[in-house]
Amino acid sequence: MSHTTMNLNLKVWRQKNTKTAGAFQMYRVENISDEMSFLEMMDILNEQLITTGGEPVAFDHDCREGICGMCSMYINGKPHGPWQANTTCQLHMRAFKDNDTIVIEPWRANAFPVIKDLTVDRSAFDRIIQAGGYISVNTGNAVDGNSLPIEKSKADESFAAAMCIGCGACVAACKNSSAMLFLSAKVSHLALLPQGGPERKTRVTNMVAQLDKEGFGACTNTGACEAACPKEISIANIARLNKEYIVAGLTAE
Amino acid sequence: MTFKQMFTSSVGKKLVMGFTGIFLILFLIVHAGLNATIFANDGGLMFNKAGHFMGSNAVPRILEIGLFLGIFLHIYQGYLLTLENKSKRAVGYAVNYDKGSKWYSRSMAILGTLILLFLIAHIYHFWTPSRLGGMGGIKALGEVEHNGVILHNLYAEMDLVFTNPYIVVLYVLACGSLGYHLAHGFQSAFKTIGVHNKKYHAMLTSLGYGFAIFIPLLFASMPISFYFDWIK
Ligand code: HEM
Ligand code: SF4
Ligand code: FES
Repeated sequence: MSHTTMNLNLKVWRQKNTKTAGAFQMYRVENISDEMSFLEMMDILNEQLITTGGEPVAFDHDCREGICGMCSMYINGKPHGPWQANTTCQLHMRAFKDNDTIVIEPWRANAFPVIKDLTVDRSAFDRIIQAGGYISVNTGNAVDGNSLPIEKSKADESFAAAMCIGCGACVAACKNSSAMLFLSAKVSHLALLPQGGPERKTRVTNMVAQLDKEGFGACTNTGACEAACPKEISIANIARLNKEYIVAGLTAE
Repeated sequence: MTFKQMFTSSVGKKLVMGFTGIFLILFLIVHAGLNATIFANDGGLMFNKAGHFMGSNAVPRILEIGLFLGIFLHIYQGYLLTLENKSKRAVGYAVNYDKGSKWYSRSMAILGTLILLFLIAHIYHFWTPSRLGGMGGIKALGEVEHNGVILHNLYAEMDLVFTNPYIVVLYVLACGSLGYHLAHGFQSAFKTIGVHNKKYHAMLTSLGYGFAIFIPLLFASMPISFYFDWIK
């Protein structure tokens, strides 16, 4: 494969802190290798800013291998950029062409306030998980996996839901700023397992209540979340969440 | 969880939309079925008899109250939901994400508003004269006699209303909005009320597209057929 380099125009959202209004700034980066990751390209931009006495662009990242969910960038009108089933850190510059202009925005939702530039506060997700995304009944010591009464297909579905890395792209993608895909993944992966059974009603009740308190919107099943999710969490989980909620509403005291 | 919580949380508001939406879908089946009797080509006799049954029998009259309540709830909750959801993103994007979803799934409130405007005209054209005709200066419908029973001639009223090309165009456009509203709404409503089984969901999605095409086309064919005098 031939190796190419490119020059790019970046239109980046700059915002000092939560309280002040932000604005776009134009930057030019040159000699970017197509083998670089998007975040490496951002590192070069920041080196450039530092050496010229500017303020580097703040952005979140941690693992840089697609598993932690920190790298929240809304690139050219899509969370995590143009590729499907992909995180920003795993996006590579071969997705772009020489002289492209790339628009980079933070996740936008009132429930995810901007801390600085492209960094947003996603602690709302932590509080939703704290409201019920765990098992607190005593399930005993680790048992032989084969002794658990669960079908393979259910276990697989649960695992697929547990793939959610809590990145928040679903909220960023949704016109309603709804966190329902995230919540449904968290509710589903426990609801599908025998260990999740005893607390399923209180879990869904408390997690939905917390979600509303955090100020996310309601789901209208547009499907944008599923299309943007780096882990391809299925929107069918949202229907399962709704069923869990109806059952809890009708039968819980 | 209290029932109040159940129907007023973010999931609960959607439950109201879903249940009223499915109720309206059922209503559309009855409405389209009854109206299709105009195609019997019997000078509207079967249609007027059906209209008489719906207007004089207690069960459809009670269901009619439910229908008005359902429409009101659906519209009220629909606007509330749309405005609330909009308010959750104070600072918008420079580039919107429109590739991940269908335009009509994002335009339910606009499509619904077009349906609502049509609905007002529609109620004024047919429901008002048929239910309230003769009261307080509202024009009464003509009447026909069949086997000693006096029937409202709703058929003649349709024939009359649909001589106006603007009204025909309005009705056909409304059918288009309804089609797109249903193309998203039909399958969405079942997701909302908790159908997550992939097999059923695939079936309902296909059925929904079929419904969203067939029912509006059937409705649209009525004003068109009257306008061009295709039915006798
Ligand atoms: C006969 C007429 C109508 C039918 C059959 C119908 C049907 C539906 C259905 C099935 C849904 C999906 C509910 C869900 O996803 O849970 C829906 C949603 C919606 N409808 Fe209607 N509707 C009608 C009229 C209207 C009108 C007049 C409005 C006026 C504003 C409206 C506004 C909305 C809105 C805003 C939504 C929410 C979008 C969503 O949750 O995805 N609808 N409708
Ligand atoms: S559901 Fe997908 S998009 Fe949403 S937080 Fe989880 S991994 Fe990210
Ligand atoms: S930095 Fe961890 S997923 Fe991107």
